[in-house]
Amino acid sequence: MFEALLSALVQLSSPDRLAYMALGVAIGYAIGVLPALGGLAGLSLVLPFIYGLDQVSALAMLTGLVAVAATADTYSSILMGIPGSSASQATILDGFPMARRGEAARALSASFIASMIGGLVGAVILSCAVLVARPLILALGTAELFMLAVLGLSMVGVLAGRSFGKGLVACGLGLALGTIGSAPATAEYRLDFGTLYLSDGLPLPVLVLAIFALPEIVDLARGGGTISKTAELGKGWIAGLRDIARHWWLLLRTSTIGSLLGAIPGLGGSVTDWIVYGHAVQTEKNGQFGKGDVRGVIAVEASNNAREGGALVPTLFFGIPSSGSMAVFLGGMTLIGIEAGPQLVGERLDLTYAIIWSLAIANVMGTGLCFVTSPLIAKLTTIRFGLIAPFMVMIVCFGAFNTSRDAADLYLLLAVGVLGLFMRRFGWPRPPFVVGFVLAQPMETYLYQAVQFYGWSFVERPGVLIIAAMIALFVFIGARQRRLADTDDESDKRGHARPQAIFALVPIAIFAAVLLDATKHSFLGAVFPGMVAAAMLVISIPIALKLAFANDPGSLLHDGEEGADESQGGFWTYLFWFAGLILGSALVGFLLASIVFFLAFLRVAAKCSWTKTLVLTAIANGGLVAVADILVLDFPNGLLQSMIDLPWPLR
Amino acid sequence: MADLTGVMHAGRRDLIRLGAGLGAAAALPGVARAQDFVGRTIEWIIPMSVGGGSDTWARFHLPFLNRHMAGNPTIVIRNITGGGGINGTNQFAARARPDGLTILGTTASIQFPFLLGDPRVRYDYANWVPVMASPTGGVMYIRPELGVRGPGDIARLRSASGLKFGSQGPTSLDMVPALAFELLGLDVQVVMGMQGRGQGRLAFERGETPIDYQTSSAYISQVLPLVREGKAVPLCSWGSLNDAGELVRDSNFPDLPHFAEFLQAATGRAPSGPAWEAWKALFVAGFGAQKFVVLPKSTPANLVNAYKEAFRKTIADAEYREKRGPVIGEYNETVGEPADRAYAAATTMAPEVRQWTRDWLQRRFNHTLGRE
Repeated sequence: MFEALLSALVQLSSPDRLAYMALGVAIGYAIGVLPALGGLAGLSLVLPFIYGLDQVSALAMLTGLVAVAATADTYSSILMGIPGSSASQATILDGFPMARRGEAARALSASFIASMIGGLVGAVILSCAVLVARPLILALGTAELFMLAVLGLSMVGVLAGRSFGKGLVACGLGLALGTIGSAPATAEYRLDFGTLYLSDGLPLPVLVLAIFALPEIVDLARGGGTISKTAELGKGWIAGLRDIARHWWLLLRTSTIGSLLGAIPGLGGSVTDWIVYGHAVQTEKNGQFGKGDVRGVIAVEASNNAREGGALVPTLFFGIPSSGSMAVFLGGMTLIGIEAGPQLVGERLDLTYAIIWSLAIANVMGTGLCFVTSPLIAKLTTIRFGLIAPFMVMIVCFGAFNTSRDAADLYLLLAVGVLGLFMRRFGWPRPPFVVGFVLAQPMETYLYQAVQFYGWSFVERPGVLIIAAMIALFVFIGARQRRLADTDDESDKRGHARPQAIFALVPIAIFAAVLLDATKHSFLGAVFPGMVAAAMLVISIPIALKLAFANDPGSLLHDGEEGADESQGGFWTYLFWFAGLILGSALVGFLLASIVFFLAFLRVAAKCSWTKTLVLTAIANGGLVAVADILVLDFPNGLLQSMIDLPWPLR
Repeated sequence: MADLTGVMHAGRRDLIRLGAGLGAAAALPGVARAQDFVGRTIEWIIPMSVGGGSDTWARFHLPFLNRHMAGNPTIVIRNITGGGGINGTNQFAARARPDGLTILGTTASIQFPFLLGDPRVRYDYANWVPVMASPTGGVMYIRPELGVRGPGDIARLRSASGLKFGSQGPTSLDMVPALAFELLGLDVQVVMGMQGRGQGRLAFERGETPIDYQTSSAYISQVLPLVREGKAVPLCSWGSLNDAGELVRDSNFPDLPHFAEFLQAATGRAPSGPAWEAWKALFVAGFGAQKFVVLPKSTPANLVNAYKEAFRKTIADAEYREKRGPVIGEYNETVGEPADRAYAAATTMAPEVRQWTRDWLQRRFNHTLGRE
């Protein structure tokens, strides 16, 4: 084994192969730095070019890309509060408050080192998996997978923020929206309103961007200052290293959990993120999670690099991709003539080792690259936000649209974005919402399948009992910890009760719609959404009543707008800008609308000179067209395009 | 990144279309000339996501098509996903012009809803012309504990309790095995919600489902090792179509009976009846001729012939034959008459067979397709 390991390293270290790896690293870095685009987009980008490469070079390039995308996507999470990809959402909860506090450098350096160590742990686990992956993965049946989903759901306990009731309802809202689309057991379409778009279910990347990024952008734009409140980067590069040394045990734990969960096919990468984050909140003492605790950054960043190593296990040895990017990785392998399966631990073990080495080396390369370039990129946080805002809006829209390439992505972004904005304002925690959403489908599918395969006695399986015990233990430990903060500002802003009571009707209306729709379906298609909706109505109606009529609703009452400085722009101002862009693109297509949006925003809202306005508009939209060209993408069409046949890129 | 992509995007779509096409008008009918495609960009629409089976298949073909197409045009793959392939195909049907610059790659999950009359379908195969057909196959296998080795043991298989099968959905490709169980008279509990055949195989390996099938390439790379270890027993292949359109043994598995053979040996009579007709139609659309490359029917003959010629040359290309294994398997893709015959068979279903199948879906899975 060691001989094979060494010979793979020798094979890999020829200059041209290292060059291909470096190319993969560079592309992964570029795609990672861009918000909302992750390894999936990067792999799709290089897929056309791997044909004709020798197998080891191609694998080095693909692996290098995947490894680095998970490191570099930290930038947008920490510096802008935009999830760098849907697999690094939880980083923003602590990373972004740190950047706002002027500790961007510390957060970045801690996250890069955590990413690197996580990536190396992932590579180690992958090499151990060569020996034991098969029996381990086969030991986890549908019943155990269901319990792992429950484990994920149990994190809501610590993610709920100051009002547990509101946290539960937020989670239920995620679960309910997650059941839209084809029912796993019967393929009936639920709440699709006859559209193809909804029949596939709501796309996660759009939802994540809407719920986290949009409210943040609107909030920042109002402040009018810079992202870093002190307009400084902070001299935290060394402090970040010290954080890593202090929290090495957390780092090791979360790396291991990340790669083990990543290796389980069918659970989905974004769940891992939240399980790991919840684990950190549960187990770490004196946490300031949600307010810029560096441990939140370390935990998530270590795990999401480690996860890529784990995710390769089912991909390589079973031919079963556990995520979107792994599906493309598998497609790439097929194109260069490698078939995944048992032979990769048999006669083609050399290729497996080449992948493991690539993973390790690329993680180190990527971390180096990130460190070298970060002083420059981190300067973003010291630029006046008015100049950055239109870029961020454009990138968020682009990231959303690239998900299913349907104009409906943009409308969904706006709708859920407004929901997120009010959730933020009225103190409804958003992490439980996302946890509920990502778990809805695996929970329903695996529960149904487990009952079909084992009957209800599945609950007596040893694996199920072990996971149940783990859940009980974690919930018990977590109950004694401080919960996650809703926002970095926790001062007691109670606001008026009436608007909050009205907003509390929104989840009730959604639950009622889901319940009503459930009555139209067969038992198997209706039982899961129906039960979620019914239980949630029981919880959410009293909350709304209490907000509306109780003399003192207590911790339910929260309004982040109380005492807001109206001179910095009202609550609605920047939402209207955003809605204007979406509406404009419904009329004249996205590209034209974006150009108008840039001109108007920079000139009117940011008060730039004409020269500056024109230059920034040209740079932004020129870049947009270039990326769309590479990705073979048409922009969302508007009314104009349906009437006149325009040439690309306006088409 | 820009220097990388410069190769593939030498001529950028419509912006550069102006001059090059002028000479085409003078071309002899039925004969493609290099000018027709010089400097042009062809869009190959794949209604499935990047990295999936159809996408990989198209990307595998890309360099060969570029090499053998008159005028060596730039070819880009555009993935338009949604509705399990229906969305992108609807868009192709609505937008593709008869200029030979937009082609579509279809697959089973695009053929099935069309055949079954899914109300979301806005396309009609009769409006297209195929330039290449791509077959595949599949193998059904069971766990050894069932003690069944072949059709002779069918009684034991029929009386086996707890037969389960992991399916991707009532109208997915897994309809073909579900109908096969029906024809064989097996009492199989079909458990839905599998995301991809790989998950179905995993359920088999875990012992959750004692009966499963895989398409040929996955069977060869993932299941044959299990067969060698004595953890799986193959029963039959689905078979494949010869050039005359008849069901014959799959040349990848010459020792396995094809399904009709197996069925006949198990039941003692030649297969017939509506269930058999439905199986045959769906087998052809799902395996025997799983993927097609098509153009709008109104496309001038010289352009259509240019594609046929390019695919014909591809199939004869030594490099293609050497490398096709992992992507296509040892199956012969066809052009011209055999492809046309396969196309006709894979995209038509007698009205009474369709009605029977819809009723069966309702009866068996309580699944309603909605009005056409």
